[in-house]
Amino acid sequence: MRVKIFVCLKEGVLDPQGKAVERSLHSLGYKEVKDVRMGKYLEVDLEAASRQAAEARIREMCDKLLANPVIEDYRFEIQE
Amino acid sequence: MRWGVIVFPGSCDEQDVYDCLKHNLRQKVEFLWHKDRLSGKLDCIVLPGGFSYGDYLRCGAMARFSPIMQGVIEFARKGGLVLGICNGFQILCEAGLLPGALTRNASLQFVCRQVFLRVEETDTPFTCSGKKGQLLKLPVKHGEGCYYAEPATLERLRKNRQILVRYVDGKGRTSPSANPNGSLEHIAGVCNEGRNVFGLMPHPEDAGEKLLGGEDGLKIFSSVIAACDKGEKRAWPG
Repeated sequence: MRVKIFVCLKEGVLDPQGKAVERSLHSLGYKEVKDVRMGKYLEVDLEAASRQAAEARIREMCDKLLANPVIEDYRFEIQE
Repeated sequence: MRWGVIVFPGSCDEQDVYDCLKHNLRQKVEFLWHKDRLSGKLDCIVLPGGFSYGDYLRCGAMARFSPIMQGVIEFARKGGLVLGICNGFQILCEAGLLPGALTRNASLQFVCRQVFLRVEETDTPFTCSGKKGQLLKLPVKHGEGCYYAEPATLERLRKNRQILVRYVDGKGRTSPSANPNGSLEHIAGVCNEGRNVFGLMPHPEDAGEKLLGGEDGLKIFSSVIAACDKGEKRAWPG
């Protein structure tokens, strides 16, 4: 199974990289850009008996290591 | 008293901490390898600066799972003194021994300069030799030192007086230009509720002798020595 995991800074946490990208886009003329938030994208291949089993394991991995709950939120998509 | 300095792969300030303690303060100090289990009688454990595990994923995220950290967490829970400097501070936050997190500097630049810290609280083993409002001149050198905590956590930090040092200018005033990384409320270092775990971004070990530009860093280490000599660490159980 392949899982796509997205980790992003929580609302309210300063994202200076996102801000820098936003300013760059503005200076290139993309005035319609209102906000940019930067995050991390991970692809994890794993073996699991079922979709639910994979979901439980991925959630555990995110809570334990892949995301820091103080500053980050995560979501994931499972592809079979 | 006995000090232990942890060496993670990618640590780079462990020798500075060792030299400062051994040569400037004549302390008994030993290195602790990250793969070992914590053993022996220690009074204070230092997590030094550097880039443990290459700072991969997040600063300190992987180091917190190294074998020695399980012992450090246990040691801290029993009231043992733990000091985290720079990357050590990041590791203690990741391990849940200190509240909050350290994120990318607001400027996006690595900062390497002298800063002034104002001592905010003195009823801890790490600041007990200082005076409230006293200024300490220490160097910072980091790319991810912007302290963040959720509003409820910040409120708790203020109420329990866990903010031990803040970035200020040479006159002791907080200001955006005196804050090297954009930390919330100019926070440079915090302790846990039990007051036996302290983390800060600036480097006291690099301000341990005049040749290095100042001796203000000794205030932190000598506070710990004074607290242990008086047996006061028992007054700050975890």
